[in-house]
Amino acid sequence: MTGPGFWKGNEAMAEAAILAGCRYYFGYPITPQNEVPAYMSRRMPEVGGVFLQAESELAAVNMVFGAAVAGARAMTSSSSPGISLKQEGISYMAACELPGVIVNVMRGGPGLGNIAGSQGDYWQATRGGGHGDYRTPVLAPHTVPELVELTLDAFDLADLYRTPVLVLSDGLLGQMMENVSFPDPGERRRAGLLRGRELPPKDWALTGAQGRPPRLIRSLLMGPGELEKHNFHLAGKYAAIEKEEPHAEILECGDARIVLAAYGSCARVAKGAQRRLRAQGIRAGLFRPVTLWPFPQRDLADIARTVDRFLVVEMSLGQFIEDVKLAVAEEKSLKQVKLGLIAKPGGAVPTEEEIVAQALEMLR
Amino acid sequence: MSRKTLFARTPGLKAVPTSYCPGCGHGVAHRLMAEAVVELGARERTVAVAPVGCAVYGYDYWNFDTTEAAHGRTPAVATAIKRVLPDRLVISYQGDGDLASIGLAEIVHAANRGERITVIFINNANYGMTGGQMAPTTLAGQVTTTTPRGRDVNEAGYPLKIAELLATLPAVKYIARGALHRPALIRRSKGYIRRALEVQEAGLGFSLVELVSICPANWGLTPVAATQKLEEFMLPVFPLGVIKDEAAASAPAAAETPPEERA
Repeated sequence: MTGPGFWKGNEAMAEAAILAGCRYYFGYPITPQNEVPAYMSRRMPEVGGVFLQAESELAAVNMVFGAAVAGARAMTSSSSPGISLKQEGISYMAACELPGVIVNVMRGGPGLGNIAGSQGDYWQATRGGGHGDYRTPVLAPHTVPELVELTLDAFDLADLYRTPVLVLSDGLLGQMMENVSFPDPGERRRAGLLRGRELPPKDWALTGAQGRPPRLIRSLLMGPGELEKHNFHLAGKYAAIEKEEPHAEILECGDARIVLAAYGSCARVAKGAQRRLRAQGIRAGLFRPVTLWPFPQRDLADIARTVDRFLVVEMSLGQFIEDVKLAVAEEKSLKQVKLGLIAKPGGAVPTEEEIVAQALEMLR
Repeated sequence: MSRKTLFARTPGLKAVPTSYCPGCGHGVAHRLMAEAVVELGARERTVAVAPVGCAVYGYDYWNFDTTEAAHGRTPAVATAIKRVLPDRLVISYQGDGDLASIGLAEIVHAANRGERITVIFINNANYGMTGGQMAPTTLAGQVTTTTPRGRDVNEAGYPLKIAELLATLPAVKYIARGALHRPALIRRSKGYIRRALEVQEAGLGFSLVELVSICPANWGLTPVAATQKLEEFMLPVFPLGVIKDEAAASAPAAAETPPEERA
């Protein structure tokens, strides 16, 4: 089942979760991620796991909460409108420091929107999403093989930091088929985002208080100063993640006169445009964050030392560009920078031609 | 002269005072639940889920592993814990706002799937923690902070009879409704809880015990007057007794009458 081959993104991601040791999947039907629950309903019983079609997105994410409470690796997946509903559970998981993986196969919004691939949930994903002061690591693959790798990494980062982790896929990535060879999970743990780090024991999980004092998992902290202290504790963890985990793919930025910035499916088009520009003799580079939070701010700031033209390409109306601005502004005043934006909302996809044209325009 | 201990604190509860209001039923319900768990020898393999509402503080009192859950999602959280740890005793403790209002979908579907969990459901006809608003279980005509002229059934509907509603589902194997305001009723309620936990232990299906309780602080009555009100107005709408017991037929072990029932 896990052999190399031509895999649809949604199914490859589901199989990667099983490879990662996830044995509990809770989901609710929504397009364009329906292949995930369908695949899990077939596959989980084969590996002794549990597939449960939940009554709602709320129930599904709170089941992930419950499975995490009991110490298991668990996952849910959905698409944009469903992810809005899951924000309750994500906030509680962040507060209770419970690991789990939530996959958003993004579609067009706001509201019911459409079922085309889109990137309109960037702010929701990277700014917390639910109520309260918290962040969640967000991993943004741009190919099906990378979706597989980052799904494996997501479970490890979740356990390492005791936090929910978001995998930000989209309708394009979920529905496309690509050649995939599944990595050995142990090997990926050494070579992937975990970088071989040891995972801490789950000595907080609720398993019944046998021969030990009872354990408690909660987010209600009503005592004077208790919540403030807990918030600072979480902030410390987020600071560590911001220091240790930013990851980006950087292509030919060293001599670049212009750098294209894009992530996820959109970065596939931007990559093509960057190659076209180079083929025309234009010194173009590409910055593609793999982690959207923590944003690879230092990497982009370093690029900004020698580059003063950036063309941001996103399948949303100017959300991702805010992080690009913050990073560039670390190095130089935005007044010294020429910043372009190709913004495609509602399921529209940019073309290589329009990116190339705008890049040439910016270089004129 | 030799002395014999006739009554002591159950090891199922921590040795701390509760923060509940005078006359509140939660303390009694906590104790019954803790005693039943201890009697089954399950204290060290019990995982409880505390709701949003007054009883969230259950985790300060129960002497077993406990997690909080988001408002109404208690059965979803309990479902997953039980799926991960099928040999543990999993108890979801919920109030009427949590279970019958915001968490209605979660309780109906957990019950309909026959999750091997036990739900302790406290029905005190109002939202306690937030200051006595109308709950789905609020009686017709009952004055609350959000029904100042009394619950008008033409606008706000009728009290929701959860036990009867859930009893219609085939995967529900045990449902009983008890009360907490008289010693005999308390003993009977303990028997219901014990039986519900045995149904879970036998892996038969979903079990729930509804406990009708007073909320003197929010009803604006003394505990004694609240008890009279409960007997006069609540019990006719929420009659006590075993509503469904399919465990008796299918599992002789679970059908054994607890000693409290005989007392």
